[in-house]
Amino acid sequence: MYDEPVFRAAGDQAVLVKLGDEIDPDTNARVHSLARAIEEADVAGVVDLIPAYDSLLVQYDARAVTTADLRARIVELDSARVEAAGGGRVVELPVLYGGEHGPDIERVAEHAGMAVEEVIGLHSGADYLVYMLGFTPGFPYLGGLDDRLATPRVATPRLEIPGGSVGIAESQTGVYPLTSPGGWNIIGRTPLSLFDPTREPPSLLAPGDLVRFVPLDGPEEYAGVADG
Amino acid sequence: MSPAMEVIEPGLFTTVQDRGRYGFQRFGVPVSGAMDQFALRAANLLVGNDENAAALEMTVIGPTLELKGDAAIAVTGADLTPMLDGSPLPRWEAVRAGAGSRLSFHGMADGMRGYLAISGGIDVPEVMGSRSTYVKGGFGGLNGSALSAGDVLDTLPASGPPRGMPPGFAAPVYGEEHELRVILGPQDGAFDDEAISALLGSTFTVSLDSDRMGYRLEGPQIAHRESPDIISEGNAPGAVQVSGDGVPTVLMADRGTTGGYTKIASVITADVGQLAQAVPGESVRFAAVGHEEAAAALEEQEAILAAIDGVMPTPAVPVAVVVDGETLEVVDDQGDPVTAGEGPARAQRATAVVKGLTYSFEVEVRTDAAAE
Repeated sequence: MYDEPVFRAAGDQAVLVKLGDEIDPDTNARVHSLARAIEEADVAGVVDLIPAYDSLLVQYDARAVTTADLRARIVELDSARVEAAGGGRVVELPVLYGGEHGPDIERVAEHAGMAVEEVIGLHSGADYLVYMLGFTPGFPYLGGLDDRLATPRVATPRLEIPGGSVGIAESQTGVYPLTSPGGWNIIGRTPLSLFDPTREPPSLLAPGDLVRFVPLDGPEEYAGVADG
Repeated sequence: MSPAMEVIEPGLFTTVQDRGRYGFQRFGVPVSGAMDQFALRAANLLVGNDENAAALEMTVIGPTLELKGDAAIAVTGADLTPMLDGSPLPRWEAVRAGAGSRLSFHGMADGMRGYLAISGGIDVPEVMGSRSTYVKGGFGGLNGSALSAGDVLDTLPASGPPRGMPPGFAAPVYGEEHELRVILGPQDGAFDDEAISALLGSTFTVSLDSDRMGYRLEGPQIAHRESPDIISEGNAPGAVQVSGDGVPTVLMADRGTTGGYTKIASVITADVGQLAQAVPGESVRFAAVGHEEAAAALEEQEAILAAIDGVMPTPAVPVAVVVDGETLEVVDDQGDPVTAGEGPARAQRATAVVKGLTYSFEVEVRTDAAAE
């Protein structure tokens, strides 16, 4: 983690604020604190914020604030390190593992040299940090997968992975918010909707949240949660 | 809230767009919005709308639309050869059109994305604070997709009188060679001098693989010093991303919010709209500038938008002089009737015939809103 933010121009109306050069929870927590501090301070000219693993992209109106003034303000807010008020929620995602909802769970088990039950136990036994959202609306980049579950992507990506599918690719785990093509190993599915453009907020998960996967007993329970 | 337009032919790819969707990029929601922001904002201001009102972005082949009520309309951006009821429709100008009029487009003459604003602005539901269509996500605009034949668009009540472009404004000519100014970074350090020279000294060709997400450019390879990958970070508009194959792609309105490729430079705000008008096969060159030049270019565009004002010219009417209850026709040096309402105030020589005698005098023709 860097002592002071490092600034890099991202055009004439955006600046990339780097707080480190690594994927680690402490650096990421500082990113989210800084984002919150900028919002709470209602910094003049700020148009939008994109928090990521170790950086914050700040989009601004160059006619309302100079890049020099904005950078000075960001250094000030970062040094104050406003702590994550209201952040770090724990969000439970019920998941039906295996079967038609998780066609690749045997592949993951085989690769790890363990039983399917052990895969479910390990995957649902940890809390995962939402480092950031991106790629598609509502897609969480999760950190914290047990090394033993790391599995290479499937050889031929599927054209259609249903929304809610929970997958593993290399050392990452994630959830597809919307039906989309993809090459991850699909081990289960959540009946909860991760993204709904008409909902407020549209995304179930926010950057900085912790995700806990809770195994569902069977299709009946899955249907029960899906029906609300 | 009233039906304003019916889509007779949708054109190639016509979508509802406003300035874009902000505040949700942290959830992975792209900004979307008009590709050429200057053209969208000008079109809105011309018809008396807020500059963020929703309008139509038309691509390559414009639509055919039938107006369902009286409205002011303005077409800006690319020249897609607009016609109103079979007559050429001037661009960058507000025009009043009546119910039943037909607006059509007859071929791409310059640029690639045209904008049509209508008084009141298009009334589609706001999704996450914006009416912009994000087709890939299936939300915003009219049912999350491009327009289809038979669609009916509503408008909100008109909010202000139509206006005109400032005196001396020249409509942009986009051409086929696009010069774009960039600010280097955020990862220019991932490239050596040779790669930076290749970016700034070469002519690239716009790939067919270009869309609202990004403009892919074919040309010399921009080689990385080491890895093309970075820890994923937020993507700024206009960012010039270089993937592992050394191909630069400029990220546009529907760009993904985050990405893991190095970005060698970013196109300045004032020039992103120029790229949005570049057609596949046309050429692009980059020049590096600093923040001062970018700010001056932005200020120049903002000054034009701020000066869009005044009263829309009324249809030309002949000027008449009344002497002793007798109405006399006033003609100019060429013998043509002198008319009022065709633009700014002007003075000219004119003559009128009174009881067999020809009088020569000077007339000043003014468009005077206060007189109404």
